[in-house]
Amino acid sequence: MSEAHEDDSLSAPERARRRFLTQIAAVTGAALAPGMVLFQVAQARALDQPVSSKTRWGMLVDTTKCARGCDICVKACDIENGIHSLGRPETDAQWIRKVTLRDLHTGYVQSLPMMCQHCEYPPCEDVCPTGASFRRADGIVLVDRHICIGCRYCMMACPYKARSFVAEPLHDQVPWSPRGIGTVGGCTFCVHRVDRGHKPACVEACAADGPGALVFGDLMDPESGISKMLASQQTSEVRADLRLNTGVRYHGI
Amino acid sequence: MKPRIHYRELEGGVGFWALLAAFGVLIALGLAAAHYMETNGHWVTGMTNQVVWGMPHVFAVFLIVAASGVLNTASVASVFARAPYKPLAPLSGLLAITLLIGGLAVLVLDLGHPDRLIVAITHFNFRSIFAWNIFLYTGFLAIVAVYLWLNMERRMNRYSRPVGFLAFIWRITLTTGTGSIFGFLIARDSYDSALMGPMFVIMSFSFGLAIYLLVLMASYAGSGRPLGDATVRRLKNLLGVFVASVLYFLAVFHLTNIYWAAHIDFEKFILFGGNVYTWLFWGGQVVLGGLIPLALLYWPRTGGSRFWISVACALVILGGLALMYVIIIGGQVWPLDLFPGKAVSSTFYDGVINTYTPSLPEILLGVGGVALSLAATMVAIKFLPFLPASLEDAIVEPAPAPASASAGAQHA
Repeated sequence: MSEAHEDDSLSAPERARRRFLTQIAAVTGAALAPGMVLFQVAQARALDQPVSSKTRWGMLVDTTKCARGCDICVKACDIENGIHSLGRPETDAQWIRKVTLRDLHTGYVQSLPMMCQHCEYPPCEDVCPTGASFRRADGIVLVDRHICIGCRYCMMACPYKARSFVAEPLHDQVPWSPRGIGTVGGCTFCVHRVDRGHKPACVEACAADGPGALVFGDLMDPESGISKMLASQQTSEVRADLRLNTGVRYHGI
Repeated sequence: MKPRIHYRELEGGVGFWALLAAFGVLIALGLAAAHYMETNGHWVTGMTNQVVWGMPHVFAVFLIVAASGVLNTASVASVFARAPYKPLAPLSGLLAITLLIGGLAVLVLDLGHPDRLIVAITHFNFRSIFAWNIFLYTGFLAIVAVYLWLNMERRMNRYSRPVGFLAFIWRITLTTGTGSIFGFLIARDSYDSALMGPMFVIMSFSFGLAIYLLVLMASYAGSGRPLGDATVRRLKNLLGVFVASVLYFLAVFHLTNIYWAAHIDFEKFILFGGNVYTWLFWGGQVVLGGLIPLALLYWPRTGGSRFWISVACALVILGGLALMYVIIIGGQVWPLDLFPGKAVSSTFYDGVINTYTPSLPEILLGVGGVALSLAATMVAIKFLPFLPASLEDAIVEPAPAPASASAGAQHA
């Protein structure tokens, strides 16, 4: 009612100007909206926005494509995260590794990458006394190095042997993937890249220089490439008997 | 009339101070080892990404388990109201505190970040059995301290029983929690058993009482105070029951594991693998830490000798350490079974039986924790009246009036 009164009180040129501005706003909105949608798809979320459980990042490993002897994904991870051998294999960190499987009865041999499986119910998170091991709302399992006390209980609990302890002082670290002596680390799904709309380094390297055996994407989005592939072919979790609902799935094992 | 128990500070001669100095040296070596490990990183130890818990954990878990068990005599006195155990209760409570402090010190100094202890006590994840244990351990220290005070302050004696009861419940929970640290590891064939909790409880009874009896006999022999045969006989008979119970639990634990096809390979490895764990299990725990002490404690010719009872106690302690080594290290060297039915290999030691060699700093840290426990106990009994001036049979358990004369004559 009050708006009507206000409108009545406006002069004709003022009403015309208001209509014009409204039309401009509508046209501008219509023009920008698709762009905004595209922007959201590419960016996933603005960096100042909290992560959401509407997304769950996951990876599909096609073991039928994964080649024995190929370690492109491992090298890419090492470079991206500043991991290098210190000449002591038993304490050197390995965030992703190539594992060779041989069927005990048939002799059939396969190769696949093994890393943090980013479980929905991660045993590492359950056992961590301080909460340093945690799972982000978007499914990425991480270690908060500021409150990790280095008890290594997560390493005892992880069914996938996915974590490494930093057993000596580190030099030449990369700023986007800091590590520290006396704390535990493991695959972060290259969270620093994912948050900027990129894929993990191993996935990009495998696609660019390798067989393209790794697919990364949002498991919650039925239209994502990974969701469509998961819906159309047989895949499985490693140690599915533990019912951890892993974010990494394998085809061909 | 019932004779009154008098508690006195230990006199402490040259031998006392020499022993305390020796423990001081061991503590200093333990601290130096911890500093060396922290500044260089854990690569200087035998621990790796495969065997993440090593020798410090063997000592720490042993001490923590024993700390709970050493409270046996206090519990028998307060919960079951057995009068002869009452004079033994203060030392029992004291050792419970000192052993737990020694064990926790080792555990904390082995952390990747011992400097973040404040983080560990300000950030809690209540789904973690480790976090529960932080409360269980600190609560245990507080409850036993209050229990000691009520016990030693004559005016407060009447309140000691309910607190003793609380301490009893708390210690059972604590040791169940310690065992569950391993029992909750679902992915490892070597752990993942609900039996871990109760098995650790019975282990605590055995190891704790062995330590108690040894410290009691050493304190009284060293200070020249009288210690009656009835007290020793009572405790050594109880120890025998606990030693046998540990063997029973171990048998059930391994038999249930064998029943499960997926765990058979692990059981073959530990029980019949011909490796260091096999030897430590059969030779260390079963024979040296179980069957021989049982024989020594119950065979009349050795069961009445304090020397052989001491040997039995020492063997129970050594057997306990061997068992901890088998459980903690043996359980980790066995590889995770990521792909059942398949042989697995990688550059990260997948599918292989891992190796572990204890390093000197680890051993020094562990021994330093034991020395800290014993040194703290010595200082406490030197400056506070924890020990009765006499534990003669006639004082501890006076015979009923008509028979008192004959009982006294018997002892003389």
